[in-house]
Amino acid sequence: MRLQILDSGHRIGTKALFALIRTVSRQPVLDIVKLVKYRPDFYGGPMSAVTQEAMRGPSTWSVADRELMAAFVAKTNQCEFCTKTHAAVARRAYGDENKVSSLQSDLDTATVEEPLRATLLLLGKLTREHTVNADDMRTVLAAGASRQQIEDALAVCFSFNVIARLADAFGFFVPGPEAFEAGAKYLLERGYR
Amino acid sequence: MSQINEARKALVRRILEGAGEASPTLRQAAFHNSGLAGPQGALVDKVAKRAYRVTDDDIASVRMSGLSEDQVFEIVVCAAVGQATRQCDAALTALEAAARKA
Repeated sequence: MRLQILDSGHRIGTKALFALIRTVSRQPVLDIVKLVKYRPDFYGGPMSAVTQEAMRGPSTWSVADRELMAAFVAKTNQCEFCTKTHAAVARRAYGDENKVSSLQSDLDTATVEEPLRATLLLLGKLTREHTVNADDMRTVLAAGASRQQIEDALAVCFSFNVIARLADAFGFFVPGPEAFEAGAKYLLERGYR
Repeated sequence: MSQINEARKALVRRILEGAGEASPTLRQAAFHNSGLAGPQGALVDKVAKRAYRVTDDDIASVRMSGLSEDQVFEIVVCAAVGQATRQCDAALTALEAAARKA
């Protein structure tokens, strides 16, 4: 972590919580947790409300679909930490290792139903080029996505266009797969609050 | 998901208008990626456009320019939320245009 305050500048009660997490999970506290718990009134609190609504709020996209979108946006941002985090959650949510792996390696040839494929392509373009146009939207609508589904997907995209940037800018440590699996289990059970 | 729009607005209000170590002017500039020069401008622009290329030296240079770690924390958050906001708003505008002509 590039800022010492994010690594060790937390209040005493938060440090005690981190010690508990390490004991129960037998894994290091992930840097994303350290970030959202540092001065949570400034960023962590209001951002967690956004992410919880985007990822677990009412939507016709499944939780697994939204976690896959998160992993896809993170990968497009070249954020290793977020890609591994949300690929692990998506794998667990789908109960399908291959679906997530194939989608992440080549969206054009992966076996994925519409309108999810068209929506992922839209999110990829928005993340890569920072904008999209009405024709891009018509393509996704024609593929069968409703206007509400596109808005819901854009909310996921917003969250992970914030979080991936912060993970890379602050230099999040990328731990081994066991830590991501523990994080995935927590996120599926408890969400983002 | 109207709640998501309210939550996004609350986030932006908090980081730009609430209490902070960096001045509101500096946080606004970071959010809009506009008007910042030198190491601060370089860091904010990287966070907005290619955050995966931010280095230890980028952070160190901004610290040497006189910002505390808390101020760096705040402007990086503002830069990330600002860019994601612009992207999301552009997409929602495009969706509105597509729906209008449908």
